Amino acid sequence: MSTINKAATQVDATIIANKRIGAYHQIILSVGEAVRHCRPGNFIAIQVGGDSSRMVLRRAFAISRTSETAQFGGTVELIVAPHGSGSRWLCAQSEGVEVNVVTPLGKAFGIPVEPANALLIGGGYGSAPLFGLADVLKSRGCKVDMILGASNGSKIYAPMEGKRSVNSLKIFTEDGSMGESGRVTSQLSQIVAERDIEIIYSCGPMAMLKAITEIADQLGVMHQASVEESMACGIGICMTCVLPVKDEDGAISMLRSCIDGPVMDGSKVCWDLVGKSTESF
Amino acid sequence: MSTPLDLSTTLGNAWFPSPLFTASGCASSGKELAQFISLKDIGAVVTKSVMNKPRHGRPTPRMAETPSGMLNSIGLQGPGIDAFLANDVPWLLAQGSRVIVSIAGETVDEYSVLARKLRAVSGISAIEVNISCPNVESRGQVFATDCDTASRVIDGVRKVIGGEIPILAKLTPDVTNIVDIAKSVVDAGADGVALINTVLGMVINLDTMKPHLGGKTGGLSGPAIRPISVRAIYQVHEALPKLPILGMGGVSSGRDALELILAGASGISVGTASFGNPSAIASIQKELVTLLAQRGFTSFQQAVGYAHRS
Repeated sequence: MSTINKAATQVDATIIANKRIGAYHQIILSVGEAVRHCRPGNFIAIQVGGDSSRMVLRRAFAISRTSETAQFGGTVELIVAPHGSGSRWLCAQSEGVEVNVVTPLGKAFGIPVEPANALLIGGGYGSAPLFGLADVLKSRGCKVDMILGASNGSKIYAPMEGKRSVNSLKIFTEDGSMGESGRVTSQLSQIVAERDIEIIYSCGPMAMLKAITEIADQLGVMHQASVEESMACGIGICMTCVLPVKDEDGAISMLRSCIDGPVMDGSKVCWDLVGKSTESF
Repeated sequence: MSTPLDLSTTLGNAWFPSPLFTASGCASSGKELAQFISLKDIGAVVTKSVMNKPRHGRPTPRMAETPSGMLNSIGLQGPGIDAFLANDVPWLLAQGSRVIVSIAGETVDEYSVLARKLRAVSGISAIEVNISCPNVESRGQVFATDCDTASRVIDGVRKVIGGEIPILAKLTPDVTNIVDIAKSVVDAGADGVALINTVLGMVINLDTMKPHLGGKTGGLSGPAIRPISVRAIYQVHEALPKLPILGMGGVSSGRDALELILAGASGISVGTASFGNPSAIASIQKELVTLLAQRGFTSFQQAVGYAHRS
């Protein structure tokens, strides 16, 4: 059998909860046993628009947290920004509605084998998968610090219960409406030095991931970045979500962020070449 | 007691247990879909068009969703024929899957080179010669927009392949008269045609106010193009009723597949529907069996081209 998508199943999932939180919706889906294979960094691809939809493509969302209860079985939590037609449709669905999902997909965050000092950095709703990751890291004895950033305070997603695994949380907003004024990278070098950070995990917009990579590379700190690239299929067959990535020998290939990611080694991604002609590779 | 409906089909001298296939460029080389469908239970995996050398393809963005469809602009990213034949074909054959290899070249000679490499490999059911990929640097490379260039490519491949493996020429609907192109590739030795490739399109991003795709233009696929596909298949089957047609274009349900079959398709490739639903081919196959039985057909073959019968 194939090793690609080997943990994934396609199921009809019921929406257990759909709550507005600031600029986002917290959506909880009952996915059954699939939850046992979900790891922080994995994503879910959801069919949107109902039976007569003119939207032919699935929408991919990072899994924020998972749980298993007697009442609902396995559930996954998603933090969705109602930006496009698909995410707006999903956010408008009421509890009890069934949606077809494929999950878990993608490469998860790598967890250090020995306890380490980890720094988790999220931009906007990119913070969603980091809380589940923080739980796992803490359970492995890691010290977890977190930095969140967004353009304004309503776009910061930081649930109370999510903070229990986090040693410290620093918030930056560009307009200063929450936390400190600035970006997630504003004090990054100092924080890495002061807290003796050994690994950085990040999730958010491409420009943020690129800026973190530059600093992490300078400081010689490992950096696992979860990328956001638009996908048509989420399972590796459409070749649309590709990013230029260097291998050990420095050769560049266009890798699929759905199956070779979304979590990638930040220092291997050629952020400057994203969207550029491939002839120079 | 009813006998099970015979779903088998042929394309040239190649036999398939089911008329449902993946579409080239929409299933990579099969590994990704194997978790969701049983590859040996569909007609064949039509692999992504492969070129002689490895290729990076076009820059991102490569995709834009459109009403009931999508534009793609991949630019034939792939591993090159040598790596493909070493890794992907053996894997597919080991799964018990039938394989139709799709090839694409920048020059008439490149197609012949590809054909020569394929001839040395056993187990391949048919070759799709993609002479109509819209995502190449120059539209001049779309061989299938001209009878002369289309037939030169097919002639070159035919001479190399001999009569052993059926050759299907993949055509574009972006021409004035698709029947003329079909006749010219048949004269050059094609055993069948694959209809249709994507339709050239463009989306402009209202934020940047520039073409959205990195390659500016892209290929439109999905249910939006299905009527174009039905029309093209109908026209070609009407003119060349004995010519096997592998039909594709916006098929996402059993009823869609049946429409193309009635127009004259002997096989159906499912492409964009697999992006939205990885098990689409399996559901379409099931639905098609029910629809054929409801209409009194006892075999798939009886339905092919039924729309033309008086």
